[in-house]
Amino acid sequence: MNPYVSLFAARFRALLQYRLAAVAGFGTQLFWGFLRVMIFTAFYRSTTKPPPISLPDMVSYLWLTQAFFALSLNYVDPDVRAMMRNGTVAYEMVRPLDLYSVWLSTALAARIAPTVLRAVPMLLVAWLLLGLRLPPGAGCALATAAGIACAFLLTAALSVVVTASLFHTVSGEGLARFMPVVVYIFSGILVPLPLLPGWMQSILDVLPFRGIADIPYRLYLGTVPASDVPLLLAHQLAWTIALVLLGKLMLRRSTRRLVVQGG
Amino acid sequence: MSYLLCEAGGTALDIVVENLKKSFHVAEREPGTWGAVKGLVRRRVRVVNALDGISFALAPGELVGYIGPNGAGKSTTVKVLSGILVPDSGRCEALGCVPWRDRISYVAQIGVVFGQRTQLWWDLPVAESLDLLRDIYRVPADAYARSRAELVEMLQLAGLLTVPVRQLSLGQRMRCDLAAALIHAPRLLFLDEPTIGLDAVSKLAVRDFVRRLNRERGVTVILTTHDMDDIEALCSRVILISDGKILSDGSLDSLRREVTRERRLTLDLEDPEAEISDPDAELIERDHGRVRLSFDPERVSPAELIGRITAQCAVRDLFVENPPIEEIVARLYGRTAK
Amino acid sequence: MEYRASSLLLVSASFTATAVEFVAIWALFQRFGNLRGWTLPEVALFYGLVSCSFSAAQLTCSGFDDFSRMVREGLFDRLLLRPRSAAFQVACGEFPLIRTGRLVQGLAILLWSLWALHMRWTAGRIALLILIEMGGACIFAGLFIIQATMSFWTVETLEIMNTVTYGGTEVAQYPMTIFRPGFRLFFTFVIPLACVNVIPAGLLFGRAHAGVGTSPWCAAAPLAGPLFLLIALRLWRLGVRHYASTGS
Repeated sequence: MNPYVSLFAARFRALLQYRLAAVAGFGTQLFWGFLRVMIFTAFYRSTTKPPPISLPDMVSYLWLTQAFFALSLNYVDPDVRAMMRNGTVAYEMVRPLDLYSVWLSTALAARIAPTVLRAVPMLLVAWLLLGLRLPPGAGCALATAAGIACAFLLTAALSVVVTASLFHTVSGEGLARFMPVVVYIFSGILVPLPLLPGWMQSILDVLPFRGIADIPYRLYLGTVPASDVPLLLAHQLAWTIALVLLGKLMLRRSTRRLVVQGG
Repeated sequence: MSYLLCEAGGTALDIVVENLKKSFHVAEREPGTWGAVKGLVRRRVRVVNALDGISFALAPGELVGYIGPNGAGKSTTVKVLSGILVPDSGRCEALGCVPWRDRISYVAQIGVVFGQRTQLWWDLPVAESLDLLRDIYRVPADAYARSRAELVEMLQLAGLLTVPVRQLSLGQRMRCDLAAALIHAPRLLFLDEPTIGLDAVSKLAVRDFVRRLNRERGVTVILTTHDMDDIEALCSRVILISDGKILSDGSLDSLRREVTRERRLTLDLEDPEAEISDPDAELIERDHGRVRLSFDPERVSPAELIGRITAQCAVRDLFVENPPIEEIVARLYGRTAK
Repeated sequence: MEYRASSLLLVSASFTATAVEFVAIWALFQRFGNLRGWTLPEVALFYGLVSCSFSAAQLTCSGFDDFSRMVREGLFDRLLLRPRSAAFQVACGEFPLIRTGRLVQGLAILLWSLWALHMRWTAGRIALLILIEMGGACIFAGLFIIQATMSFWTVETLEIMNTVTYGGTEVAQYPMTIFRPGFRLFFTFVIPLACVNVIPAGLLFGRAHAGVGTSPWCAAAPLAGPLFLLIALRLWRLGVRHYASTGS
């Protein structure tokens, strides 16, 4: 088996063990979902102007954000951070592996495993009891699956960039600390992008972050015309490739410095 | 398919190191607030010569001890030879490759055990770590099955295979690390302080294993250690490094004969004020009832000396030991300086 | 010097992370204009008050946050041996700088809302405002103490308590009239956040609002805060006695 696939599988299996945290997380997500549905419903009922997303669609969107919450977390690999603190990152290179690919497969597993644990029960409960609607049609479901897969790749590539930036201690810490907030707003998790002011939307439409939540959830709701679907997926993929290249460049520079300076 | 071996003129030696140099720049700051302010303006950098022109060569199948005091350059050498550190100058070839240049293909042929840090995965059971390594080193399935079975038997890992690495004791972890380093049957093995922090039983197990490995399989081993007992148990050849320079490279016997003829006898006397003396022993230090003597075991055997002393006065406790490595180094250094 | 830069970073990161919620509120008001009749400055006042009272509680009682760790590591025993009250000592254990970020953004939004409301400030209103603020701080302090008290009985700090504490801030940021009746009941009688949120709001803003009265009795509602805190401290004392007697 390919070593990187093997690494991914091992980490995935290991992370699936954290069932207790997932159960606790389920309760929390449920609470927050309820809260946000109430808040948004109240806003919707405050005006007669028609909103860009209907209320039932909005409710589905909100439950999707709760279900897939794990996607927007973990921008720093805790093992790598510990290694950087101890000065033992160099030892990772004793294995005959490309360090970037190791980090990417670990990042992917760190996202997919908790999402599988949390999303499946949440989606089920939300569909049965809480107003989550199914995607209208098989085409939508397929597009959503593609969108979610791309979202995983995108967030994994982003997380490797953030982890790699830790080599430059102060600025890296800054990036690591601000990234969750940036993603929270710019991806449409805090407020769905169509509800934001127009000028914000124009900027955010171009940035990579909408590929994390806005794009896959819009594909789910089926409000995207069929001709636009490939464009949205291409948006996600283009940014993913850009982030992968950036991450590889950063890591190559840093490891070159590492092998010369030691530590 | 195993990794391609790099060729370099078909050398018969496993490792060739010639005039290897490596220095580190350590940023220094004076203590206190004024020092911090000064540090903003001008960074003082201290140059540490970790390796100051070392040279040696290893033939296949050798089991070499690499010893020296703390900070002598042992770990730096191992890092260079493992391809994770680039030296400033000098020649270094191992298994026909330049370690840091051909890193991925070179590293696939060596095994490394770092005493300070495990190569296994913390939250995975040992067996899963080994399976992962099989995939990482691309070991064919049948070779893996054989290798693993042998290692499990030799290192007695049968009960540990399902245990997550983080739950292992230090001794157990070290045995698993050894298995992990050898699962792909490397020709060359680096052991960096493998017995550090281990209890006596585990130390013996590790030494036993390394000895069998070298004798029965012909694996070339470099063993860096602080512990002279490791050396005495395993190595016929010893390289002594201090302050980045090699002070001695030869058989253990010759090193011993040169320097470590002296043994030390430490006694706890019943009467702290008791006088003791012996023509063949020299007093090194005395602290009330604790007496440390130095003697030459070829002039007087330890047993005889002990008999003479205990006849003079009552002794509560005693032990015999070699002088510490630092003293050996100091003497050797003093000798070469002349 | 590096340490200073990194503290500034931490504080600004926590400022941003907590201010994010208000960004959502602002953006939604841009879109919808009002929230069931409540205006942006009014909601901002609720938000600012909650942020500040939560921060105040967090900064003074931060020791309780790490309490479960102390119990596990047996450090609590040391405190019991000293003459001062155990609660006081735990509270003063730490002063995390990072959390001042939340306080700063809370104050900023609170001050903005006070300016934007263009209210006539009578002595009564000012007193009520201070009372609400302190009442809120008491409630959150009580929640932290209850969370720590649970460590006496369970090894793990329950995720539930975290949800209730942080969820509580989210709930009280909005005028609670927008929530379902079940929610409102819980947050009135179990965790009395409504007493520092909607119940005195009519008096504070000087106008009646759907579901909110202006009876003068509402001014006493924030006192539920100190009451809650006293109950929490009583539970804590029970826990300490239990701990000391079992010698865990």
